Amino acid sequence: MNTYTPKSAGSPGPTEETLDIRDLGFWIYLMTDAIIFSLLFATYVVMFQNTATGPVPSDVFDLEHVFAETMFLLLSSVTFGFASLASIREQKGHAICWLLVTIVFGLGFIYLEVAEFIGMIQSGAGPQTSGFLSAFFTLVGTHGAHVSLGMVGITVMIFQILIKGLTSPVKSRLHRLGMFWHFLDIVWIGIFSIVYMPGWLI
Amino acid sequence: MDAQTHSAKKLITGFILALILTLIPFAAVWTMAFPVGVIFGIIALCAVVQVGVHLYYFLGINSKAPTEKVLAICFAGILIFLMVGGTLWIMFDLYERMM
Repeated sequence: MNTYTPKSAGSPGPTEETLDIRDLGFWIYLMTDAIIFSLLFATYVVMFQNTATGPVPSDVFDLEHVFAETMFLLLSSVTFGFASLASIREQKGHAICWLLVTIVFGLGFIYLEVAEFIGMIQSGAGPQTSGFLSAFFTLVGTHGAHVSLGMVGITVMIFQILIKGLTSPVKSRLHRLGMFWHFLDIVWIGIFSIVYMPGWLI
Repeated sequence: MDAQTHSAKKLITGFILALILTLIPFAAVWTMAFPVGVIFGIIALCAVVQVGVHLYYFLGINSKAPTEKVLAICFAGILIFLMVGGTLWIMFDLYERMM
């Protein structure tokens, strides 16, 4: 007869092997996300000349704005790296501080992106204007939605560290969220290299 | 998850490399110091190298990374090559023919 034994506080929790499998599973999710983004990039490249009577890329892209967004995202990636490092070294306070810094940079990025979108929509360059703008808003908006979700994740992790402490499951979740965050920075490299810079040159 | 893949030195190195690889294309586009074709080459090269820098320094993909992870990257790479390459091939071929 099986008897259910509730997990006590002293139970070992998931084994190292289980956590490695979760790590791999999350990695496979990231690869599927990479496929989604690469197809949105392909759509953009196919569509960017279809400006109808609306604005062309160089009318609506502001390079200084994009540079600021790039810096925010790169800095947030590094500060998340420091948060992961602090969690491995069992420095609870440091980990939370670095996560808060990461959120600040992430919010800076989202603020700039939303400001850009609102400015474009108000000047008549909304997603319904042309194929180019539909593809642009879909691609960059999907990335922005990922970053926003990532920040929700960071907030949850801050509370988990505060309430549960740096237990092995919490550290492994933080590690996977870090993978997600670094991955988004890689997608952003594609966005400024394929969307903004060529748009400014052509 | 071990301290080997995460170290402050590695993070700082990755950050400085990523910063340089970001500044080069932005400077090239800003100054327009070269012909447009050359600038496109600079952007593409810096982007590819920077993706490698991020994978190596931030995501810990190195020679000691689990084989399954590297295989997943390769498989995703093949799928992306087929789907993106196929899309661009078909759509630009169609575009040429419609001209």
